[in-house]
Amino acid sequence: MIAQPAPKRDVLARRDSIVAGLRALLPETGVIAEALRLKPYETDGLSAYRQVPLAVVLPETTEQVAAVMAFCHREGVRVVPRGAGTSLSGGALPMEDSVVVGLMRMNRILDIDYADRCAVVQAGVTNIGITQAVQGRGFFYAPDPSSQLACMIGGNVNMNSGGAHCLRYGVTANNLLGLKVVTVEGEVLEIGGAHMDAAGYDWLGLLTGSEGQLVVVTEVTVRILRGPEGARAMLAAFDSNEIAGACVDSIIASGIIPVALEFMDRPAIHACEAFAHAGYPLDAEAMLIIEVEGSVAEQDDLLEKISQICRKFDPISLKISQSAEESLAIWKGRKGAFGAVGRISPDYLCMDGTIPTSRLPEVLRRIGEMSMSYNLQVANIFHAGDGNLHPLIMFDANDPASFEKAEHFGADILRLCVEVGGCLTGEHGVGVEKRDLMGVQFSETELEQMRRVKSAFDPGWLLNPSKVFPLKADAA
Amino acid sequence: MQTNFTLAQLADPDTAASNQVLRTCVHCGFCTATCPTFVLLGDELDSPRGRIYLIKDMLESGRPATEEVVRHVDRCLSCLSCMTTCPSGVNYMHLVDHARVRIEQTYRRPWHERGLRALLATVLPRPGLMRAALIGARLARPLAAFIPGRSMPAQRLRALLALAPAHVPSPSAIEGARVHAAIGPRRGRVALLAGCAQQVLDPAINEATIRLLTRLGVEVVVARGAGCCGALTHHMGRHDPAMASARANIEAWCREADGEGLDAVIINASGCGTTVKDYGFMFRTDPLRAQAERVSGLAADITEYLARIGYAPTRAAPGLTVAYHSACSLQHGQQVTAQPKALLRQAGFTVVEPAEGHLCCGSAGTYNMMQPEIAGRLRARKLANLEATRPDVVAAGNIGCLTQLAGGALPVVHSVQLLDWMAGGPAPAALAGVSHD
Repeated sequence: MIAQPAPKRDVLARRDSIVAGLRALLPETGVIAEALRLKPYETDGLSAYRQVPLAVVLPETTEQVAAVMAFCHREGVRVVPRGAGTSLSGGALPMEDSVVVGLMRMNRILDIDYADRCAVVQAGVTNIGITQAVQGRGFFYAPDPSSQLACMIGGNVNMNSGGAHCLRYGVTANNLLGLKVVTVEGEVLEIGGAHMDAAGYDWLGLLTGSEGQLVVVTEVTVRILRGPEGARAMLAAFDSNEIAGACVDSIIASGIIPVALEFMDRPAIHACEAFAHAGYPLDAEAMLIIEVEGSVAEQDDLLEKISQICRKFDPISLKISQSAEESLAIWKGRKGAFGAVGRISPDYLCMDGTIPTSRLPEVLRRIGEMSMSYNLQVANIFHAGDGNLHPLIMFDANDPASFEKAEHFGADILRLCVEVGGCLTGEHGVGVEKRDLMGVQFSETELEQMRRVKSAFDPGWLLNPSKVFPLKADAA
Repeated sequence: MQTNFTLAQLADPDTAASNQVLRTCVHCGFCTATCPTFVLLGDELDSPRGRIYLIKDMLESGRPATEEVVRHVDRCLSCLSCMTTCPSGVNYMHLVDHARVRIEQTYRRPWHERGLRALLATVLPRPGLMRAALIGARLARPLAAFIPGRSMPAQRLRALLALAPAHVPSPSAIEGARVHAAIGPRRGRVALLAGCAQQVLDPAINEATIRLLTRLGVEVVVARGAGCCGALTHHMGRHDPAMASARANIEAWCREADGEGLDAVIINASGCGTTVKDYGFMFRTDPLRAQAERVSGLAADITEYLARIGYAPTRAAPGLTVAYHSACSLQHGQQVTAQPKALLRQAGFTVVEPAEGHLCCGSAGTYNMMQPEIAGRLRARKLANLEATRPDVVAAGNIGCLTQLAGGALPVVHSVQLLDWMAGGPAPAALAGVSHD
């Protein structure tokens, strides 16, 4: 189990009065404090780590969030913000003495401005909910994390989430215009707005990806884009992970930027096919999903160029989607990939490192070797065009030794990413999962500078304090 | 997901089955997004993932069910939208069914709830009692306005009375066990689940089904001894009566199958279909297992069977737009989605689908009586989405949905009534006020 900072004894001792204080601020159903009802909130998408919080609150307005924050600040209570609870890095893992602020009731679309192509939504609107709200008029919200069905925009902002189509459209930070946030003291701030580039320092840039450690996000203004004329996906199947990896690098090096360039290896192909029935090549060791957009002529041209590159790598098969339904099934399989791995393993750890695409073949080979030496299976499903790896290490949580091995294996993969010039985290955030590996990437001086930024926003370290930074010896 | 059961607990086949379900879940959270109660209430505890967690804790601890667990499991519609969404293939249906039995065995509900549940479990599966109750409820309906208070019992009583139809149909001339001969050369032979509540609430559905099938050359048997499918009591966690109903059906249909033979067991109420298709699992440790599996294998929704044998209209297209409401039991429970729409299009209708088609209308068996507030919100949301498609009529394949959606601005009919009409049957009574070509 992951180490947590020592709980504040005085806060635990005042549990009843703190809960009473929270109840005074929120509607009856907005405070959860009974042990049994708190338990489902003990974890998120990384269920290997669990901790029941002191209480959960479910505010419905920014004002309620502000009131809760002001109260917790006054009482010295730690706060862990939570969206849909889909974090794969344990970003919403509670602490024993913390109040979890769940934003899922704040799920309203507040304003859509088609003329200026932006939308104002509450933090608890799901990622796909934004696209669904605007697609009737031919618009969409571009970043598309695989959990987009469930994950919420507030969490996307805090993790600077990516997704398959970010190769073309950029990540959350590139599609964000403004935020309404609540500070740790309970003050409401508005940053940016329905226009390009706010004046002054790039506060938006600073807060995006801050993992719930600087402010609580309650409203988000996002850019919405007009959908492409059309899009088509193709599947390219190969004999080995390394060959597919080399093909990815060759496509990117040619200067062609598909809208999406995704990689799946054999275990992933089989698990996802069982869920989505998308016609994936079951005889392949590795498969690429490559999507292009534009007019039919543009699509044809790009697909032909990409096919030519693929053919240099002796593909087992190249298959271009023939219908909208087929493309939908192809993406359904890819988006459900992590969950689908539940069909072949009771548990997994999902890694999230990035590497230069030129190093893909080598890194995939070394992950394969590690898999052999740790004797743990890996499914590779990732945003290949961005070099954003997601090796899923399969283990059995009912066997503690297997979990410990999986954690070490994961750490080795992330060290490898840093070694070849990449980074610990692409889009899932550091959370609690990669906290203790931050020293691999950053020097103590660099970490101390980042801690100072956090302290500037949150001098008492009340906001999600157990994440991102390695615990100091005296904190645990 | 990690589980903590002792070997002694796992020796119980129900716990072992639930352990397998829990081990499949990876806690990804996808299911929360398409769960009607999570969408409405915004609380992990009212989502499938939260309920799975609560159920897991209840089963692992071996403690009796507590009020908190019961509250959140009771709020589950069993719409099974989560199962359509789940990439891992978690069988939430079997898990929540197990939880409901455990709740029924270990939790004492307040007196008024026990009374209401016993009443529903007794009346609904018995057509005679059901008809008498409906007539009584219709007479008492004006009194609903005088039931004071916002307490759960008061809300439920008002909901019960509100659901009583203004007109209680007389028993159908074709009610009861008998064989309906095929017209023309016989192409097939099927048993029809005549059901319980449906034949009281709307006997025209079975009439249309039998007319259509016999006209297509299919002999239709309403088997002696078959009755309620057991779904109503099954979803209340009343294991023994549910099994008894199912057992009677399995024996009745196996007699027919062994006798003159059966190509299918036809079900025209999809809530029942989901349960009949699960008989094999329900009887997995019972001596009747093989027969139960045989019946589950034969079970087919009326639209599945029509798609299999072929359907063609004989009337000219009426120029009507049908909003197809996909019953949860059909789209999620049985994964039957394409056939009803394809058949309606073949019949000559323009078929449209509402936004949020995956969300339940709030009917969900006895849910609209037990959880009237949530059911009412889901109904309003569904009706608004249906009306936005500007249809002439709403069609669905489940009597629960039809009852729940009736009384709005739009006529509501069973899909098979429209198919029968276009193949030579009478126009559905609900379409009396709708002009068509």
